[in-house]
Amino acid sequence: MTAGDMSKVATTNGTTPATDAKGAKAAGAIANWADERLGLGTAMKKNLRKVFPDHWSFMLGEIALWSFVVLLLTGVFLTLWFDPSMSEVQYNGAYDPLRGKHVSSAFASTMDISFDVRGGLLMRQMHHWAAMIFIASMMIHMMRVYFTGAFRKPRELNWVIGCLLLLLGTIEGFTGYSLPDDLLSGTGVRAADGFMKASPVVGSYMSFFLFGGEFPGESIIPRFYVMHILLIPGILLALVAAHMLLLVYHKHTQWAGPGRTEENVVGYPMLPVYAAKAGGFFFIVFGVITLMGGLFSLNPVWKFGPYDPSKVTAGSQPDWYMGWPDGLLRIIPAWETHIFGITLSWNVMLPILVMPPLMLMILMALPFIEAWITGDKREHHLLQRPRNAPTRTAIMVALMTFYGLSWAAGGNDIIAIKMHLSINEITYFMRGAVFIGPVIAFIIARRWCISLQRHDEGKLLHGIESGVLVRSPEGAYAEKHVPLPVSEAYTLSARDDDPTPETVEEIEASGLAGRKVRLRKLRAKLQALFFADNIQKPTAEELHDAQHHAEHELHELESQIAAGPNRHGPTEH
Amino acid sequence: MSDAHTPDPTGHELVPAGPIPDPGLPEHQWRPTDVDPAKEKRAERQVASLLGLSAVCVILFLVSYFTLDIGDNWHVVAGFGASTMALGASLGFALLLIGVAIIHWARKLMGDHEISELRHPARSTDADREGTLEALSLGLEESGIGRRPLIRNSLLGALGILGLAPVVLLRDLGPLPGDKLYHTIWGKGTKSKPMRIVRDGIWTPILASDLENGDLVNCQPDALHNPERYGIDPTEVEGVNLQIHKSKASLVLLRMDPGDIKPGKDANGNSRENWDVNGIVAYSKICTHVGCPISLNERTTHHLLCPCHQSTFDLANSGKVVFGPAGRPLPQLPIAIDDEGYLVAQSDFDEPVGPSFWERDYYDRW
Repeated sequence: MTAGDMSKVATTNGTTPATDAKGAKAAGAIANWADERLGLGTAMKKNLRKVFPDHWSFMLGEIALWSFVVLLLTGVFLTLWFDPSMSEVQYNGAYDPLRGKHVSSAFASTMDISFDVRGGLLMRQMHHWAAMIFIASMMIHMMRVYFTGAFRKPRELNWVIGCLLLLLGTIEGFTGYSLPDDLLSGTGVRAADGFMKASPVVGSYMSFFLFGGEFPGESIIPRFYVMHILLIPGILLALVAAHMLLLVYHKHTQWAGPGRTEENVVGYPMLPVYAAKAGGFFFIVFGVITLMGGLFSLNPVWKFGPYDPSKVTAGSQPDWYMGWPDGLLRIIPAWETHIFGITLSWNVMLPILVMPPLMLMILMALPFIEAWITGDKREHHLLQRPRNAPTRTAIMVALMTFYGLSWAAGGNDIIAIKMHLSINEITYFMRGAVFIGPVIAFIIARRWCISLQRHDEGKLLHGIESGVLVRSPEGAYAEKHVPLPVSEAYTLSARDDDPTPETVEEIEASGLAGRKVRLRKLRAKLQALFFADNIQKPTAEELHDAQHHAEHELHELESQIAAGPNRHGPTEH
Repeated sequence: MSDAHTPDPTGHELVPAGPIPDPGLPEHQWRPTDVDPAKEKRAERQVASLLGLSAVCVILFLVSYFTLDIGDNWHVVAGFGASTMALGASLGFALLLIGVAIIHWARKLMGDHEISELRHPARSTDADREGTLEALSLGLEESGIGRRPLIRNSLLGALGILGLAPVVLLRDLGPLPGDKLYHTIWGKGTKSKPMRIVRDGIWTPILASDLENGDLVNCQPDALHNPERYGIDPTEVEGVNLQIHKSKASLVLLRMDPGDIKPGKDANGNSRENWDVNGIVAYSKICTHVGCPISLNERTTHHLLCPCHQSTFDLANSGKVVFGPAGRPLPQLPIAIDDEGYLVAQSDFDEPVGPSFWERDYYDRW
C-alpha cells in the first residue's frame, strides 16, 4: 500500500523538492558516489518507509534508549575531568568547608567538576538523573511488554536481551555512583565487600582480588572506572543494537483494531513521521533531563564528604534500583550457620547472592514457562490487553508487589522516622508481607482481570448504557442500551480463545508412557489453572442472538415510550 | 478451540478471526491544517517560533556560561549554584523546544496517512534452510572434522588449555587473604607500650574519668597518629594503609554502670570479667553483618544500632545481636589502664572483626 491520497497534505510536504535544481544535482552526485560504494539504495529502499505503529506505551522503551544516549554524552564530558585514582591529595578547590582536607583524587576531581568546572555540576547531575531514568524506563517498558504479551513468539529472545540490559544497567549504575569515593557511596562499596566475603568458599579471596588487597585498598575506584566507562557500556551498546535490530526485523507489535491484523503492521512510515516523532522525542527526553540536572539537586557528595571507613551517615541508602535487595538484607532474620569451623552467612547470601539472580532468572524464563504451559507455538504480533490474560497479569502483579515491598523495606528507617513507627515492628511486618502480599495481589489482580473481561462481554452482548432512563406505563424504570459501534465491537472481540486443556483420558489414550505422560498431565493441570474462569469472547451466534434480543428490548421500550402517558425518552420519535 | 493451539510445523500459524468481521482501516480524516491554508500557515509559524525560542535559549545559555560565577558562591539560588540553574534551565528549554517543534511539525503538517505493511514470519523459507544446511554440511565435510577425530579432539584440548592463560593472568589482581583478616593494629601494642585508645579525629588519649555513664566515644588506636611510639613505620599508617587500618580497628567506648555488665566468655572459654575498666567497655565499630560503622547509641539500654541495616547489639552482654540481620555478636576489645591512667588495649581482638567470611570460626560467648 502506498501513502495514498496526498492531494490535501500541506504543501510544505508536497512533491516539489525544497532544494533548487543545482542542490539536487549535487545531492544526487553524492548519493550516487555513496551507493556505488555502499549499496545503500537496496538497504534504504525497504526501511525508509518502514511502518511503525503508534501508541503511547511504545514510547517507554524510547525513553530508555534516549536516556542511554544522554548518559553516553554526559559521561564523555565527565571523563574529561574525573581522575579515577585513590591516591591521597589535599583538596584545594572552591568549596570552602572541605578545603585543606586530605581526600582521594577521585573525590577531589568530583568536587572540581562540581565547583570549578562551569556546567560540571549540571553534567554530573544530568548523568545521575539520566541513569535513574534509564533504569526506571527500562523497568516500566519491561512491564508494558509483559502485560501486553509482546514477549511471545517470535520476540522471546528480545525479552531475554531486555532482561540482560536491565541487569547491566543496574551494575553500571552501582559502579558509577561508587566512583566519587564519597562517604555514602563508600558505605555501599563497604557493603559490597561484605557481600563478596559472604560468598561460600572463595568469599575472602574474591574480596582481596577485587580490592587489590584488604578493603578499601586503592584499586577499587580505577577498576570500577574501567568497568563503568568501557566494559559494561560496550556490552550495553552491543545489546541495545541487537535489541533494536530484532525490533526492526520482527516489526513492532500493534494493538488489535479495524484493519490491524496478525499479518500486517499499520502505522506511520519511518520517514517522515516516525523519524520526526522519535527524533523530536529525543530532544524532549534530553531537555527534561537537562532541566532536572539544572534544577533538582542529586547526590551532593560535598555534603557527605570523602569516604572514611570509620564514619557513616544515618539514612544511608543506595540508589533506588538497588533498594529492593537492600530491603531484603534488612528484614532477613539473623541466620548464620557456624559448623566445622566455617561460617555460612545466609543473612547475606539469600538476599544478595541468591534473590537478585533468582529474580532475573524468573524474569528471563517467564516467556518460556508461559509458552510451555499454554502450548502456544504460533507467532503473535497483536498485543493482548492485560485483562485478557488474567493469570499472566497476576503473576507480574505478584512480582511487582514482592519488589515493591522489598523496596519499601529498604527504607524502613525512613518510614519509621517519617511515620513515627517502630522500626522493629516495620521489620517484623515486612518479613511476613513479602510472602503474603504477593499472594493477595495475585488473587486480586486475577479476579479483577476476569471481572473486566465480564464487563467487556457485557458491552459486546448488551451494548453500552445510553444514560436514557425510560418509565413504563406501569411505573417501572429501565435504561436504554445501545449497541457498540462496529469498530469498537470488533476491537473488543478480536482476540484469541483460550485452549481447552487435555483431559487425563486424552493423555492416557495417546499411548505415551512414563515421564512424558507425567509431564503432559502436569501441563494440562497448569493449563487448566492458567486459564481457569477466564471469559471467552462470544461466538458469532451468541452475538447475533444478543443483538436480536437487544433490538427487541429497545423496540419494546420505544413503543412503551410512544404509548406512555409521559415521555422522558429521546425526542427523535 | 483447542485446535488453534496445535503446533504448526511452519511455526507461523496465525490467530483465528473473531466473531465480528474486520471492518477494515477507518477512513482517513483530514486535519484542519490539511484543508485550511490559514491554519496550515499558523502551524508553520508556530513551529518556526518554537525553533526561534530555542535559539534564544542557547544565547541565554552562552550568556550564563560567561557571566555567572561558579565556585564558592555555590549557595546562591535555592541552596544551589546560580550558574548550574541558569545553564540547566536554558539548555533544557533549548532542547525541549526543538523537540516540541519537531513533533508539532510532524503532527500538524507532515502527511498523516496510516499505511499498512505486510509482516513476514521470522523463520527463513524452507528453501533457505535447506540451502544453509547443505552449505554447512558441505563445509564440515570438506574440513573433515568428522573424519579426523584426532585433530578435532586436540583442537578442543588446545583451546581448553588456552583458557587457563587468562585465568592465571588475573592472579595478580590482589594478594591472598592470608591471616590479614584476623589481625588489627591493636595487636601492635607491647607489654611496655600497650596500644592507647585515642579519640577519633583529635587523637587525644582518654582517662577513665573522662567518661560518664552512658557516654559513647568513637576511638582509634594511637598508632594511627603516633606510629613511632609503637615502633611502626609511618608509611604503614598513611594514605591507603590508614584507610585499611581504620576499616578494621575503629572502636567505640561506652561507659555504663559496672553492675549492668554481664561478662561473657572469651575464645578460650575464660570469663570476660576483666575486659572492662570501671564499666567502660570497648567494642569494634564495624558491623558483623556487612561492615558498616555502627554509631547509633541507645543510651538507656546500652544497645548500639547500625544505621545501614539496623542490626542492634547489646554492649552490656558481650555484643549480643538483639535485633536485625547480623549473625554474630560484635567483637569486644579487652581494655585496661596504663601507668599514666589512660585507657589501653590489653591485646588485639580475639576474633576477626567486620563481616563474616567462609573460613572464619565462631565461638560461643555465653
